[in-house]
Amino acid sequence: MTTAPKTTAPVTTTPGGTPGPDLPGTAPAIRSDLRRIADWVAPGARVLDVGCGEGELLHHLVRAKGVDGRGLELSMDGVRRSVGHGLSVIQGDADTDLKDYPTAAFDYVILSQTLQATRRPREVLEQLVRIGTHAIVSVPNFGYWRLRLALLLRGRMPVTDRLGYQWWDTPNIHFCTLADFTTLCRDLSIRIERSAILGAQGREIPAAADSGPSNWFGEQGLFLLRRG
Amino acid sequence: MTTPSPSPSAHAHARLPGEQVVLGRDRPMRLDSGVELGPFRLAYRTYGRLNADKSNAVLVCHALTGDQYVADTHPVTGKPGWWGLMVGPGRPLDPDRYFIICANVIGGCMGSEGPKEIDPATGQPWGLSFPVITIGDMVRAQTLLIDHLGIEQLFCVIGGSMGGMQVLQWAVSYPERVFCAVPIATAARHSAQNIAFHEVGRQAIMADPNWQGGSYLTRNTRPTAGLAVARMAAHVTYLSETALHTKFGRNLQDRSRITFGFDADFQVESYLRHQGISFVERFDANSYLYITRAMDYFDLAAEHGGVLANAFRVAGPDGTARGTPVRFCLVSFSSDWLFPTSESRAVVHALNAVAANVSFVEIGTDKGHDAFLLEVPEFYQVVRGFLDGQAEHRGLTRRGS
Repeated sequence: MTTAPKTTAPVTTTPGGTPGPDLPGTAPAIRSDLRRIADWVAPGARVLDVGCGEGELLHHLVRAKGVDGRGLELSMDGVRRSVGHGLSVIQGDADTDLKDYPTAAFDYVILSQTLQATRRPREVLEQLVRIGTHAIVSVPNFGYWRLRLALLLRGRMPVTDRLGYQWWDTPNIHFCTLADFTTLCRDLSIRIERSAILGAQGREIPAAADSGPSNWFGEQGLFLLRRG
Repeated sequence: MTTPSPSPSAHAHARLPGEQVVLGRDRPMRLDSGVELGPFRLAYRTYGRLNADKSNAVLVCHALTGDQYVADTHPVTGKPGWWGLMVGPGRPLDPDRYFIICANVIGGCMGSEGPKEIDPATGQPWGLSFPVITIGDMVRAQTLLIDHLGIEQLFCVIGGSMGGMQVLQWAVSYPERVFCAVPIATAARHSAQNIAFHEVGRQAIMADPNWQGGSYLTRNTRPTAGLAVARMAAHVTYLSETALHTKFGRNLQDRSRITFGFDADFQVESYLRHQGISFVERFDANSYLYITRAMDYFDLAAEHGGVLANAFRVAGPDGTARGTPVRFCLVSFSSDWLFPTSESRAVVHALNAVAANVSFVEIGTDKGHDAFLLEVPEFYQVVRGFLDGQAEHRGLTRRGS
């Protein structure tokens, strides 16, 4: 797992600066995919955000949903900023530190756009559904038609607006397609209770997560998971 | 190496600024060793004002050679307080908002009961007849002070190194009396390496013929050479190789070439000798023995079946065990090899195991263990952010509401 943002989608913050406890009651504007994740979280729940960055989603969840929120983040700056905003965040690594949490310690464990940057995504996924009653995972889809086309026509590793890294500096070391992801979930007996497949401009694709159209036209997938 | 004759001010505390209270009058305090101590004196300083509902009290716990003069001029050395970067107007712990307390630990030598003080039973200095104390005893004495001040729950207990050990002990022994805890550059137990370094220091003191079996005060000698060597050895452990190299390298002290002798040719030697000599001005050798011993004995897990996580479990209203209600923020420093990050992580793992509310960050710095006392802006930003968030949670406003 790495410190850099895994995708290059624009991150919105509150007008006038970063979110903080000095803005009681206000929920900062957040990225659209994070907003969708937030919509799936029940108010007042216990939430662990793995790879929480500077805590924008956590802050939103604490303010808007009154959750008991915790974070895990690899970068010192991310943790420093999160803690500075009054959030409970631990500097740590999803690959090594999730095993220390007790089973079912949280109602939701969130892993947003980070799975592909872990060294052992399969083990991380298993840990997520162990620690949380639910896991909410979002992954970029390497089967998205633009990426397939770029590889087919140019014969080069795709670099897009959302996945803006060259092959030699990308933190994303374990790419998968949505079909790969849903297959892994099945192999691990993880139930997909809910999903949202987002295409270009964040529009939802009205198709099943494991369908061909989703795998072609979904730029990313959001999944609500539970141990089967 | 030459050391100055002892300064009389280091051994005359009657005129020390700050408060001194006699505790354990009604009932002596039972120490971990089983010995009963009391009545006993505790010297302390406070900054700011206690608010009406007594919810803004912060206890600062000092490190091995620290004392109660957190943020004002030291009465012996004349130097500024040891944590002026943390405590003071505009600092993370602002007396405008918090009522800040710092007490000299028992076993210390700045006015609290310790081997330098007079044993009322004999009329002589305690010396080695002072009972061996533990971190738990230091904290127990602090609870009596907090009782004396009429405070039910501390908003925060904060400290680095041995101060951090006291913070952890507070959270484990009195979870209901601590709202949030900030253990910095510390550990849940003293490592073998650290015990080893302490033993070197103690042996240096005891090897000084002026130590006189611990009774130097009555024989009017001082083991200054031994204490200075102890301080020199310890001081190296507070720094990092990079910090030493950056500061001194192999630079020579006021000379252009080596002298082929044992004078302080190198700047780093001169610096260490200065550290040793100035330390004996303000510190008592027997106190150094007692306090290092207290750190050596510290092992939070040992009292809880060897499982650190169990130290952080409390009984819930229905009698079942649950995670501690104390909110933690742990900080370590990347170049600290005395209390390395792995020690803080062990505490974080234990807290995670009981699903406690914990923040943790390792601050990247080359300043070694002493970083918590030095200008490291990211460190103070973290503590300030954490405290501000907790204060909001606790409903504390600025300007003593």
